[in-house]
Amino acid sequence: MIEVKNIHKTFGENDVLNGISAAFKKGKNNLIIGGSGSGKTTLLKCIVGLHEPTKGNVFFDSQNFTDMSFEQRVPIRTHIGMLFQNSALFDSMTVEENIMFPLNLFTKQTHAEKLERANFCLERVNLAGKNALYPAELSGGMKKRVGIARAISMQPKYLFVDEPNSGLDPKTSILIDDLINDLTEEYQMTTVIVTHDMNSVMGIGDHIIFLHNGEKWWEGSNKEIAKTDNQELNDFVFASKFMQAAKAKL
Amino acid sequence: MFYSLGKYILLLRLSFRRPEKFSVYWAEVMREMVSIGIGSLGIIAIISLFIGAATTIQVAFQLSSPLVPLSIAGKIARDSTILEFSPTISALVLAGRVGSSIASQIGTMRVTEQIDALEIMGVNAPGYLISPKIIASMTMVPLLVITSITLGITGGYIACLVSGDISPDDYIAGVRDGFDGLTVQVALVKAIVFGFLISSICAYQGFYTSGGALEVGQSSTKGVVYSCVMILFADLVITRIML
Repeated sequence: MIEVKNIHKTFGENDVLNGISAAFKKGKNNLIIGGSGSGKTTLLKCIVGLHEPTKGNVFFDSQNFTDMSFEQRVPIRTHIGMLFQNSALFDSMTVEENIMFPLNLFTKQTHAEKLERANFCLERVNLAGKNALYPAELSGGMKKRVGIARAISMQPKYLFVDEPNSGLDPKTSILIDDLINDLTEEYQMTTVIVTHDMNSVMGIGDHIIFLHNGEKWWEGSNKEIAKTDNQELNDFVFASKFMQAAKAKL
Repeated sequence: MFYSLGKYILLLRLSFRRPEKFSVYWAEVMREMVSIGIGSLGIIAIISLFIGAATTIQVAFQLSSPLVPLSIAGKIARDSTILEFSPTISALVLAGRVGSSIASQIGTMRVTEQIDALEIMGVNAPGYLISPKIIASMTMVPLLVITSITLGITGGYIACLVSGDISPDDYIAGVRDGFDGLTVQVALVKAIVFGFLISSICAYQGFYTSGGALEVGQSSTKGVVYSCVMILFADLVITRIML
């Protein structure tokens, strides 16, 4: 489980996060949703340590991650997998080398063992046989899947996903969502997903927190979200005509 | 300026922290050595041959007096090549070729979140990305300078053969006359320092890039410009101290 307590983040004089507290549960898809500029990605970066919170603490299974030094964080980081918005695959490496990269650095496995693990991860994301391709040769959806394969190569306890559906067609988006959902259940990971895709919210949102102006405005599940009377959340979730029509049918 | 200098020093300190796995870093050093050394060989060979030839012809032109033996031209061309042309001009060319590549490579990794991905994994990103480049650069630039010196002097010899301004025998006699090993030592010290400056300054500019493609280009330009200025400044300091 991951807990954030009273997280504040300020850039210059701009308060991006104002005292956010939440608990992200193990084996669940924990979604952070909100409009553009609401602080979703900043909160995610504070949790994983890419930004240091101005105030507040982040706990990974009760260990205070915020107060740790770089060296102290390394053992926790080896249990973290992250899928970035643009996949962030290493351009100079093939698909196989990308997946084997963390294994090369943090395990004592033989080359054959690492290759076996890389092939397993590629099979898991339905990309078997694509080992020798470079990121530039992959489509957007394939890049995301390779990103997921790299994220799970170390069998992480915590999976962070930033905008998994951005730039993807609806069918591929659903495929990625299903893959994340399956992996979360299979590995019993604590998965934190930043998104503003309503299909994801309704499809895999086991636990959702809604941010507005850097504050937590609502918390619940996808089953509760349609019944909320929170005006800001309603405006956000049912902004599209498709969602309005879906709500009318409920 | 002091803020940037402090950030630069802190980045260098982070770059030389204990590696997570030595073998992975060693492979990176080897890869960078090939990229910097073999990749720059062609351009260094071309400029060295032409500069050596042009220097010899110009010195011969300036010494066109019956009172001065023409072999002096070979000696002057040799010392100029060893002390100044090969290390400094090679370094300025390498700042453009290698430095811009380092800054744009690291800058692109920054804006496409590849550096964030390294940090998330628990990799010391400055160490993994910067230290192999600095080590490779400090190793390969001296080797390139030695190659440049050899080719520069050869270029002078070819110019003698082709132009006939000095006889090749006079040139060779001048090149062999009164050779002082200190000049090569000075050239190597300059090459090592220039190698460090090119890689570290350009890596710094790339590492702290923020924004997008435009900013990557700006970082690359800044890296090359600052490297060139620092190379010329270090050239003066080393020359003053060692000669």
